[in-house]
Amino acid sequence: MTAAEQPILTARGVVKTFGGLRAVDVDQLEIQRNKITALIGPNGAGKTTFFNLLTGFDQVDSGEITFDGAVITGTAPHRLAAKGMVRTFQLTKALAKLSTIENMKLGALDQRGEKFWAALLPSSWTKQEQAIEARADAILRRFNLTAMRDEYAGTMSGGQRKLLEMARALMTDPRLVMLDEPMAGVNPALAQSLLELIKLLPGEGRTVIFVEHNMDVVQEIADWVIVMAEGRIIAQGTPTEVKSNKAVIDAYLGAHHGEDLSQVDLT
Amino acid sequence: MDWGFILERSFSAMIGPEVVVYALAAVGLNVHFGYTGLMNFGQVGFMAAGAYGVGVSVFWLGWNFWIGIVFAFVYAGVLALLLGLPTLRLRADYLSLVTIAASETIRLLARSRVMQPITGGVEGVNQFAGPFYDLSPFELGKFYSFGPFKYLGRDVWVLLVGWTLLILITLMVRQLMGSPWGRTLRAIREDEDAARALGKNVYFYKMQSLMFGGMIGAVAGVLQVIQKSSVQADTFNPVITFTIWTILIIGGPGRVWSPIVGASIYWTLIVFVENTLRQLPPGLRATLEDSIQLSDFNIAMLRFILVGGGLLLLARFRPQGIFGSREEMALDRR
Repeated sequence: MTAAEQPILTARGVVKTFGGLRAVDVDQLEIQRNKITALIGPNGAGKTTFFNLLTGFDQVDSGEITFDGAVITGTAPHRLAAKGMVRTFQLTKALAKLSTIENMKLGALDQRGEKFWAALLPSSWTKQEQAIEARADAILRRFNLTAMRDEYAGTMSGGQRKLLEMARALMTDPRLVMLDEPMAGVNPALAQSLLELIKLLPGEGRTVIFVEHNMDVVQEIADWVIVMAEGRIIAQGTPTEVKSNKAVIDAYLGAHHGEDLSQVDLT
Repeated sequence: MDWGFILERSFSAMIGPEVVVYALAAVGLNVHFGYTGLMNFGQVGFMAAGAYGVGVSVFWLGWNFWIGIVFAFVYAGVLALLLGLPTLRLRADYLSLVTIAASETIRLLARSRVMQPITGGVEGVNQFAGPFYDLSPFELGKFYSFGPFKYLGRDVWVLLVGWTLLILITLMVRQLMGSPWGRTLRAIREDEDAARALGKNVYFYKMQSLMFGGMIGAVAGVLQVIQKSSVQADTFNPVITFTIWTILIIGGPGRVWSPIVGASIYWTLIVFVENTLRQLPPGLRATLEDSIQLSDFNIAMLRFILVGGGLLLLARFRPQGIFGSREEMALDRR
C-alpha cells in the first residue's frame, strides 16, 4: 500500500462507556485520505462522543486510534492539532471577545510570539506575525468574512461564527479537518457557501470528516458515509448505497415505520 | 473642620505607598483573572510569600538583603507552581478554593508558635530593610512636600522605587498582552477547549500566568514590608485579597491601567471619608455618637460601609469598571 492509499485515520476496538451505557463501540474504522467522509446517525448514536475520542478531548476505555500511521490513543488535543488534526465544535466556539482577525491569528501553529520571553521582544516575532496576518486575511476573503475583520467575533451571526470557526481551523494548516455539525443553525444561503468551501478542501490535500443530520447535505458533498446507531457502526458506503440500506432506514425511522402498530408483533 | 488637612491627606493617599502596593498586587491579579480568567482568591498569599521570603532569609538566615529579594520572587514562583500543579487541569473553581486556603495556611503557619523561631510568630520579623534605606537620597526622617503631596523622606524613597517598578511592570504586562502570548491567554479566558483544539497547551499557559501574576504579587508584598520595615503575619489576611479584587473591578479587569487607577481611587476615597468623618463639627459629631454610636473605632468601619455603597453604585451604573468596555461586556449575554 502506498502512502497515498494508506488510511489517514483508523480506529480499532474503540470502546467508551458512561456508567452502564456503551456510548461508543467501534470495531474497525478507516478514513480514506483526501476524501470527505460523513458520520451520520440518529440523536444519541454516539457521533459526538466518537468525535471527542478521535480528537483527544475524551479518553477511550480500550482500543487503538492511529493518525497517519502513528498511534495517537491518549494524546492530548493540542498535540494532535500540532500533528495536523484540527476540529470544530457542535456549539460554535468563536471567541466572542477577540476580534475576527485575532481569532484567525490564534489558529496559527508554532508562533514565536507565543513564548513568554520572546513575547517581550517584538522584533523576534513581528515578521512572523505579519506573515500569519496575511495568510489569515487570505482565508477571510475566501470565507467572505473580510467585512467583519476588526469586529468582535461576538457580534457575528450564528452562521458567520460557523464560518469563522472553520476558517480559523484552516489556520493550523491541517491534513485532517473534523467538523462537528458544521451546518447546524446556518441559514440555507450561507450553508450553500459553506458546502462549497468544504468541497474545496480535498483538492488542497486535506481530509474531511463531518458529523451531520441533514441527508441532503450528505448526499451533496460526502464521498463516503459512515452510519452510527447506539454506539456502533451499522453501515457504511457511498451516499447512494447508504440511502437505500435497510439497517440505516430502520435506525432512523424505527424498524416498524410505515406499519400499522396494532398489527406488529412486539414481543 | 480642617479642609486643608483633609485634602492634604487625601492627595497624599492618591499616589501613596498603599496605592503602589495594592496596584502591584492588582496587576498580578489582573494577569490571573483579567487576562487568563484564573479565579485566584489568595493573592495575599503571594504577597506574604514575598514578604516572608525576604524577611526570613535576611533576618533569620542572615542572607544579603538583595539576594533575599531575589529569593522572595523565586519562592512566590515555586508557591504558584505548587498551587497550580494539581488545580489548573481541573475546573476553574478548584483554583479559587486552593488559593484562598493556601493564603490562610501561610498566614496561620507564619504566626504559629511552632514557626516562631523562623517567622517570629505573632511578633513577626523586623530590622531587615536597612540596605534599602541606606541607598535613599532623601533624609529618612524629614518631611518633603511636592505641591499638594507631603511625605516622610523614607516614604518618598519607597514611592520613587515603587512607582518605577509599578510603571515598568505595567508596561511589561501591556507588551505581553499585546503579543501572541497574551492573545492565547485571552483565548483561554474565553474558552479553553477552543484554544486546545488550535494546538495551545492550555495547562502550560495557565501555569505561566499563575506564576507570573504570583511573582508580581510578591513584588507588592516585598515593597509593603520594606515600607513598614516589619513583616506581620496578620497584615496578610483574606480581606487584603478582596480589597485587591475591589480595586481591579473598579478599574475594569483585563485593562492595562486598571490596577493603578483602581488603587488610587480606592485609597483616596478611604482616606477622604475617614478624615472627613474624624473632622466633623463637634455638634454633629456628638449627635452621631449618640444616635449611631460613631466612635473613633466605628469610623474605621463606617468608611468601608460608605465606600462599599459607592461600589454598589459602580456595579449598578458602570459594571465594566472605569476602563472596561460596555460593548465587550454585552457580548457575554448574546
